[in-house]
Amino acid sequence: MPSKRGWIQKALIALIYIAVWEAASLLVGKELLLPSPHATLLRLAALLTQGESWLYAGLTLLRIMSGYLLGVVAGVLLAVLTARSRFAEALLSPLRSIVKASPVTSFILLALLWLSSNVVPLFISFLMVVPMVWAATAEAIVQTDVRLVEMGRVFGLSNWRIVKKIYVPSVLPQFLAACTTSLGFAWKSGVAAEIIALPTRSIGYRLYESKLRIETVDLFAWTLLIVALSMLLEWLLIKGMRRIRRDA
Amino acid sequence: MRETISVKHLSKAYGDHDVLHDFSAEIPLCGVTVLRGASGIGKTTLFRLLLGLERPDAGEIRGMDGRKPAVVFQEDRLLPWATALENVSLISGEETAILELSRLGLGENMRQLPKELSGGMKRRVAIARALAYGGDILFLDEPFTGLDEDNKRAAARALAAAGVPILVITHDDAEAELFGAYCELSVG
Repeated sequence: MPSKRGWIQKALIALIYIAVWEAASLLVGKELLLPSPHATLLRLAALLTQGESWLYAGLTLLRIMSGYLLGVVAGVLLAVLTARSRFAEALLSPLRSIVKASPVTSFILLALLWLSSNVVPLFISFLMVVPMVWAATAEAIVQTDVRLVEMGRVFGLSNWRIVKKIYVPSVLPQFLAACTTSLGFAWKSGVAAEIIALPTRSIGYRLYESKLRIETVDLFAWTLLIVALSMLLEWLLIKGMRRIRRDA
Repeated sequence: MRETISVKHLSKAYGDHDVLHDFSAEIPLCGVTVLRGASGIGKTTLFRLLLGLERPDAGEIRGMDGRKPAVVFQEDRLLPWATALENVSLISGEETAILELSRLGLGENMRQLPKELSGGMKRRVAIARALAYGGDILFLDEPFTGLDEDNKRAAARALAAAGVPILVITHDDAEAELFGAYCELSVG
């Protein structure tokens, strides 16, 4: 937990950003181009009093987090497979490279052809997370000190105990780092997918609508909500990870 | 009849480098057996072959089947994320681990991570782990590296007290003599 001084510093930094934003807004002088922070915050507060907004945020969260969690599981499974089998690595690594290198928009447009608009954000989040978790975890498995594994075998540890006591603690730091980084990517690409796929009950749809009606304040308010949710999720994840590391 | 491990025409190469070539020996299990030979002659490789950690390119080993070897490797091989106690109790009960660590003078250091221990302390944790395992033969590869004289003597006493055959690699005659009487085998 940050100290009191840490909190004061954070609050000061936030104030500096808000002041710069306010100054820029005053300079531009048009709410349509750059709304002021207080107009945005007022709009956000109004949005949060509406039950609908919570429903949209909740469903967006559900889609993206489902994709994220499925991506983490698939990433780990693929990492185990490719770390153990050179053939599997040779066979599957081009797929990882393709997914990493291709623009996310291409996948969103393709996914729209195959899937319903509600599933597209889930699929895109999944697709962004898989290669990151996969690559980091596979690398960590391969880098696990074979001398420790050998020690475990000589002393008669079962395969399960070798995995639990040697591989898992060895892989955990890189795996958890990949989970944190990929959460941000899942969130950004998931919302982008919503803006293109337009599932009706979603933050992405609201953003699109705001842009269509040129309601810049709404656009800013929804974006602020996205940023807040993303930061909240990351905070929860890091907190959870600290616990996992302690218990491991 | 004296018990032995029989090694016949054992060869092992890594790439172009022949480490062991057509090596045959009857390794006596006479309490303590010291494996001698110049550095790089293949003593550690012989250990690894005996332990089944490597497969020989040719030859055979008899007398290791059904054995439960306990090992002090050349490196400590401690889990860096686990305390001294966790490292030892990984392969034994906690009570045994506490007993062996205490016997080697690490009673106050059990809750410390390897990075918080000195080189000699880590070596003693590795020895305590081998003792706690309760194997029926001890393989020791330079077991006293980094230990001061008192700790060398204490560790040798604890190892000898296990009452099982000991195979030990050491370059130092004085270290071999810490065990009292011992047999010798030249490798290479």
